[in-house]
Amino acid sequence: MAELIGLIVAFPLVGFLLIGLGGRRLGSEVRIGALASAAVGASFAVGVWLLVELLGRPAESRTLVLRLYPWITAGDFTAELAWRFDQLSALFVLIVTGVGFLIHVYAIGYMHGDRSFARFFAYLNLFIFMMLNLVLGDNLLVTFLGWEGVGLASYLLIGFWWDQQFEGVRIRWTGEAAMKAFVVNRIGDFGMLVAMFLLVLYAGTLRYDEIAGAVMAGTVIPPHIITLIALGLFLGCTGKSAQIPLAVWLPDAMAGPTPVSALIHAATMVTSGIFLISRMNVLFAASPDAMAVVAAVGIATAFFAATIGLVQTDIKKVLAYSTVSQLGYMFTALGVGAFTAGVFHVMTHAFFKALLFLGAGSVIHALHHEQNIERMGGLARYMPRTHWTFLVAALAIAGIFPLSGFFSKDEILWNAFIYGGPWLWAIGVVAAFCTAFYMFRLYFLVFHNSERFDHHHQPHESPAVMTIPFVVLAVLSAVGGFLGIPEALGGAAIPNVLEHWLEPIFAPGVAMLHRGSMHASHTLEYVLMGISLVIALAGIGLARAFYYRESTRPAALAERFRRVYRLLWHKYFLDEVYYALVVDPIYILSVRVLWRITDVGIVDGAVNGIARVVGDIGERVRRLQTGYAQSYAVLMMAGILVVVWYLASHTGGK
Amino acid sequence: MGHVLLMSVLFLPLVGALALVAVPRERIALHRWTSLVIAVATFLLSLPLFWLVDQTRSDFQLVVATPWIASLDAGFRIGLDGMSLLLVLLTTFTMPIAIGASIGIITKREKEYYVMMLLLETAMIGVFVALDMFLFYVFWELILIPMYFIIGIWGGQDRIYAAVKFFLYTIVGSLLMLIAIIWLGIYAQSATGQFTTDVIKLRELAPSIPFETQRWLFAAFALSFAIKVPIFPLHTWLPDAHVQAPTAGSVILAGILLKMGTYGLIRFNLDFFPQSAIAFAPLLGTLAVIGIIYGALVAMVQPDMKKLVAYSSVSHLGFVVLGIASMTNEGIQGAILQMVNHGLSTGMLFLCVGVLYERRHTREIAEYGGIARVMPHFAVLFALAMLASVGLPGLNGFVGEFLTLLGGFRSPYLDSWAYSIVSATGVIVAAVYLLWMFQRVMYGPLTNPANEGLRDLTVQERWTLVPIVLLLVWIGVYPRPFLRASAASTSAIVQKVLNHSVPQKVTEVHLPPPAIRSIDQTVKVPTLTERP
Repeated sequence: MAELIGLIVAFPLVGFLLIGLGGRRLGSEVRIGALASAAVGASFAVGVWLLVELLGRPAESRTLVLRLYPWITAGDFTAELAWRFDQLSALFVLIVTGVGFLIHVYAIGYMHGDRSFARFFAYLNLFIFMMLNLVLGDNLLVTFLGWEGVGLASYLLIGFWWDQQFEGVRIRWTGEAAMKAFVVNRIGDFGMLVAMFLLVLYAGTLRYDEIAGAVMAGTVIPPHIITLIALGLFLGCTGKSAQIPLAVWLPDAMAGPTPVSALIHAATMVTSGIFLISRMNVLFAASPDAMAVVAAVGIATAFFAATIGLVQTDIKKVLAYSTVSQLGYMFTALGVGAFTAGVFHVMTHAFFKALLFLGAGSVIHALHHEQNIERMGGLARYMPRTHWTFLVAALAIAGIFPLSGFFSKDEILWNAFIYGGPWLWAIGVVAAFCTAFYMFRLYFLVFHNSERFDHHHQPHESPAVMTIPFVVLAVLSAVGGFLGIPEALGGAAIPNVLEHWLEPIFAPGVAMLHRGSMHASHTLEYVLMGISLVIALAGIGLARAFYYRESTRPAALAERFRRVYRLLWHKYFLDEVYYALVVDPIYILSVRVLWRITDVGIVDGAVNGIARVVGDIGERVRRLQTGYAQSYAVLMMAGILVVVWYLASHTGGK
Repeated sequence: MGHVLLMSVLFLPLVGALALVAVPRERIALHRWTSLVIAVATFLLSLPLFWLVDQTRSDFQLVVATPWIASLDAGFRIGLDGMSLLLVLLTTFTMPIAIGASIGIITKREKEYYVMMLLLETAMIGVFVALDMFLFYVFWELILIPMYFIIGIWGGQDRIYAAVKFFLYTIVGSLLMLIAIIWLGIYAQSATGQFTTDVIKLRELAPSIPFETQRWLFAAFALSFAIKVPIFPLHTWLPDAHVQAPTAGSVILAGILLKMGTYGLIRFNLDFFPQSAIAFAPLLGTLAVIGIIYGALVAMVQPDMKKLVAYSSVSHLGFVVLGIASMTNEGIQGAILQMVNHGLSTGMLFLCVGVLYERRHTREIAEYGGIARVMPHFAVLFALAMLASVGLPGLNGFVGEFLTLLGGFRSPYLDSWAYSIVSATGVIVAAVYLLWMFQRVMYGPLTNPANEGLRDLTVQERWTLVPIVLLLVWIGVYPRPFLRASAASTSAIVQKVLNHSVPQKVTEVHLPPPAIRSIDQTVKVPTLTERP
């Protein structure tokens, strides 16, 4: 049975190789697109098959492992190329291939007519392949292979239209945005590398089950080392999942084609950090300090990005900051030990955020690459299907009952209140208000309000190949939350499916937290639920008041709080600060001090100086030179003999 | 059978060179194709060596030994172990590519050029197979001659300056080595009554040289090798030599010549003088770390592509030296693999720069931009070389870097994690300088009109680049055969060093499980004795 895991991984790889090597020779766009989609669809099908297989087993033996061969072996160290299909990776595999399949299909329409159509789908398949390695890895090194691999795919796809302009801080071309993404992620990967070395050093292994065993044994790894490892891994997570301090790359990643933003920079790759912490939940749970850092970074990012999202005018950048913010929620959940809640939100977020991006893509497509929401408006009547599905997703992310986002976000806020305290909850609620506001600001400015776009071309609804994925995702965004109905609402009658499913994965981590059974009253939970629902409705209401029709109110508000507005508009100047404090000093140091002074000046200066002195001496003794090779040879032999004689007479006695 | 094969691998290029001498210089095609065929044949002949060498053994195999200068006990002694096997294969693999990339590119004095290339091949293989100090030295110096001419005749504008600088730097180092070699022979004489240059005898004798003297010998060898590697601050010949050398010259220089330095460090410095190696490890490790960071930062700001790749070599070789200085199995095996990796990926980067240079006759990054539009196939291969060099998992560079850093981390001789942690930041800078170069050369708009009509890869260029790609992927995905080859000889050296770490009752010392070492523990070696 485990051999089938190989198939899951193999299909997209074969797709990548076929399309990458075959290119246009494969035939029409539809054939290439269909091949790529089929590869991902096939992986999804095998994933479902294996899921059914797991369901047929008792909860404690729902793990399949396929070991291929020892990948890197030297000395005592060994890491296998092996994949693990269990409750956690099953869920991620299905999200990745399921949402991935829909986005592949959508892209057939979106990328129609692009001159690098085949290259695009080759990269997408490569991404899926690497992402599957990431989530299926049986050890940290295979996950790292996928981790860097998705980084590569992301780099290639952000820079897909590498001669197009893109505006960002010190970024003029899409290729520069791609490079930024890769380099910022590398900073995170540095943390992961160090964490891996520490694990090898102390636990002697990179296998997930053995690491968990070593942590649970209690004595193998000293506590402060566990914290160091966890923080190293978390640095990697802040890179891949765009959290403070490495959040700066994701908004610029919007330089890529919109299906890429939907798949990689919203639904799947950016949730890798959540996956990793979930996979290593025992290790993280063993370090209260690391957990606190995760929660603090998560909630800070959730707030920081949500506030930036309030004022941005690029449709994709609003969604990008929204993604950063939602990822912050997930980390908050993990940080307070609510692992299931974090993973739950990964799933629902994948549905509605992918849908939002695809809808945005549909709008951008209809308006001939217009991305500024100030030049949109009134599109609801031109694009009904895009409009209705977008609305569902917007309601879901705002957390309106009974759409999926309500359940997952509420579970996070509830856990934040119980285990993190009222403050954590309060910041989360404020961010939730911002979320509802910016999302409906976007919605009203795009689909309602006055028509501010260039009427040169009539906007048109996208073709079915693009809108069918909308419908599927809209349904999932609507009902996806029912997989995790809280006990307070469902009681004993309706079980929390997701929690039961993931229980064997997270039980050891939760046990590590040493929590007594928490008897929080249902009344409190209802009250908090009510508050967040009211807050979300308030955000929507305010957005409606501001943006449903043309109004001077937003401009007046921006003028009144000009400084705050400027701060948010410039994204808290984080990019500028990094350039001023890190990038520029290193660059100037490298040019002026290291290269010009040290290398050319001191080292080479010394070498050339010696050469000059020797040359001068040589000039004086030139008359000794006869030009006959024999005399040189004689001199050289004589010299060697002198040396030998000297050494022999001085050391022979020893 | 194996001995004959090894002899033919060593001497076939020389025979080819001699044959070419007899061919009139007008017959250009004959020169080109003969040298290529010879190089390919040498490669094919060398392949069976991989199976003929028993990789589970740590001693030298396929040994050929004949007396040469009887009074000095200098002999013609050659042989292979797992480490030299890999480097010989790297050499025989690289040479056909280097020669193939020269055909049609080198247009003056072609006869001499191909003679020099073949001569160089024999000399390089000779360095890796020599089991006699005297023979080693002969091959080591022999390399200087063809390389000097390859840079000095077929190089760029400032070729004479670069060639002389290369020559002088190297000769200074090798003279020190010569003195050390003679000293070793004399020591052997005092110990056994017979002067010798036999490596197999010396590696048994040398470790017992008193530390006070041994460390000077270590220093003499290390200095010579450090210049070759090059280790900071002895690296300034490298950018000049690379920039001035013709493409094939750079490929050989980066691909093989630099490895002679790191090879020598393992073969002689660690194996002959383990006690000194322990004492020098922190110094070597520190220089390695400086090289990694310094090389990367200086590479980042180079306006010339070739100089950028040259400085990146300083950085990459730093990882190799770190692995060697760690003197752990992971570190040294990683270092050996990284030698091969660097030869492949940096060699390929030089070929890529050469591809551009042939079209535009400039290496200034600012002259390019948007090349991916006109040369899409080239863009793919260039990107692969770049990614391998960046150390992306799945390609070869990652495996070597990971192991060398891991070695540095768990080394009992490097007294701090700082070596590896600081070095690991080098992977960030590596991404910066390579991706930035790629961005400026390949991506962006095609603004320079001179670049508009550039032709994509020729058949010849494909044939030189694609074989390397196959190896980049192979080593990245399935490095086992390469790692296995060096395992036995590495662990023998590691054990030898360990045995000399504490002279008394070493054999009972069991390396403590890493878990016991605490973070603030700064001096690690003494703890080995504290824990019997």
